[in-house]
Amino acid sequence: MSAIILRRLLQAIPVLFIVVSLTCLLVRSAPGSPFSTEKKIPAEIMAELEKQYDLNGTMLHQYLQYMGKVVRGDLGISTQYRNRTVKEIIAQALPVSMVLGSVAYLLALFFGITLGGLAAVRHNHLGDRLIMLWALLGISVPSFVLAPMMVMLFAIKLNLLPVAGWGSPDQIILPAICLSVPFAAAIARLTRGSLLEVLKLDFVRTARAKGLSENAVLFRHALKVAILPIIGYSGPAAAGILTGSIVIETLFGIPGIGPFFVNSALNRDPFMTSGVVLVFSSFLIFFNLLADILYFIVDRRVKIE
Amino acid sequence: MKALHRFYLVVHRDPLLVVCAAFLLLVVAFAMVGIHYTGYRYDEISDASLLPPSHAHWFGTDINGHDLLTRTLFGARISLFVAAVGTLVSLTIGVSYGMISGYVGGRVDNIMMRIVEIIYSLPTLVLVIVMVTSLEDHVASLLKSLGLPGSYARLILLFLFLGLTQWLTMARIIRGQVLVLKQQPFVQASLALGQSHARILWQHLLPNLSGMIIVYLTLTIPSIMLDESFLSFLGVGVQAPLASWGTLVSDAAFLINPIRLYWWMLIFPGGLMTLTLLALNFLGDGLRDALDPRVRK
Repeated sequence: MSAIILRRLLQAIPVLFIVVSLTCLLVRSAPGSPFSTEKKIPAEIMAELEKQYDLNGTMLHQYLQYMGKVVRGDLGISTQYRNRTVKEIIAQALPVSMVLGSVAYLLALFFGITLGGLAAVRHNHLGDRLIMLWALLGISVPSFVLAPMMVMLFAIKLNLLPVAGWGSPDQIILPAICLSVPFAAAIARLTRGSLLEVLKLDFVRTARAKGLSENAVLFRHALKVAILPIIGYSGPAAAGILTGSIVIETLFGIPGIGPFFVNSALNRDPFMTSGVVLVFSSFLIFFNLLADILYFIVDRRVKIE
Repeated sequence: MKALHRFYLVVHRDPLLVVCAAFLLLVVAFAMVGIHYTGYRYDEISDASLLPPSHAHWFGTDINGHDLLTRTLFGARISLFVAAVGTLVSLTIGVSYGMISGYVGGRVDNIMMRIVEIIYSLPTLVLVIVMVTSLEDHVASLLKSLGLPGSYARLILLFLFLGLTQWLTMARIIRGQVLVLKQQPFVQASLALGQSHARILWQHLLPNLSGMIIVYLTLTIPSIMLDESFLSFLGVGVQAPLASWGTLVSDAAFLINPIRLYWWMLIFPGGLMTLTLLALNFLGDGLRDALDPRVRK
């Protein structure tokens, strides 16, 4: 087991290396300098600026210099948010995104499993139909359509929750719900499908036959097996919540990492963009590894390759 | 023919599928033809800005005085176009990748599937943002040198890279099917008769995969559409004067204020988009239940 984990971690290094190199080179290859503005900057000043930010010399030289710094844990200086290091910005914005993302993730898991389980138990009844209709709607409504509608309704018309912002607990409710809905819906569909399959299996019949209550059959036996596809889905769900949070943070004016990333990509900020890509990719690779380990622990029958 | 018959059976069992298909055809028809009969052009600016729906403007107008009905239909056209071409790109890659991986098998299969797994674990949409923003100027100058408008650069990058990120599921499914199919006697027979591998893949395996391909095609279209509007919403996708559902919703979302609600700007494009995605997902689900042998009834 530990050998497998070690191998996966070692495998992550070349992948991250390729992704970061690609990002850095691509952003630098775009015509125009990250410093170009409406006004024309004199050539000497431009040269000085480029030197200050380690953006002078040949592409290869810049690239090697940057990679050398990354290996030592230095992510360079942002050209767009002048005089701030990329690390500083990420250190400030990442916790915000993590809080929002984890709340949304927990909401998605809780509502997804509960509703999916309920639908499976009430198979082909009205409750099942309604939950599945909701779930289909949930995976179809884009979060950026849902979020403004929720804001109009709950924040402006009913005046129940704040329109935007970050800091107080009530400001997290709307964005977290909007972020979690598509994933709650997807998890509900998965749970229902998998639970329906499991409830047909022999061991469930045995559990019922030995006189266990329906609740015990469901929670202590069936759900334990039915949960596997949800663990399998947790990696893609994390990726989805990560990208989804970019839109939600932009919409709700939350100082997370998403708006910083989009701005830096649009403004050709090479180090900020590469830095965020590095953080996002390592987070997801690590999360997928965790999910695989969890899958292994829950299902002893599965062998990790 | 067998697939067609099965299709008939599905439709018979679930008439709502026909409603979905009809709705989608209607959206396409309005986006292609109906748009010319709204009485306005998509880029026609007027002083009548931010008007609520009325007899003259059924969907109201936006901040520049564009007729929102025309804009919404035009957005539909762009969104559908990007989704269609992107799906074709992803289909080509996914099917050929999956077929080769499954057919060759062994070490090659192992490595190819490992690559798919690695791409799965990367934030692909984030990488698409990087690709689009850093390549748009290159593509725009290339287009200009060919005498084409540079504003199409984003569009080309969008369907190319969205197609490049959405083939993974298709490749996995196809590979799994090919692994099963290649053990079948008819493949062995063709091999014994001396048919080349390429012909076996093309003539014998591909037709057997068609049902599966159709199912996952129907499910790829909405996800590319969703990704496209997501990027357009963030300002990394389609740019003015072009519009897609994503840009229209973003126009509405950033006008939200406590004093006046421009609800029509959000409800019409957002609602039509949601309904289209809903119909596509419903259709995809229904077809999967009917045509995917792995789904047990």
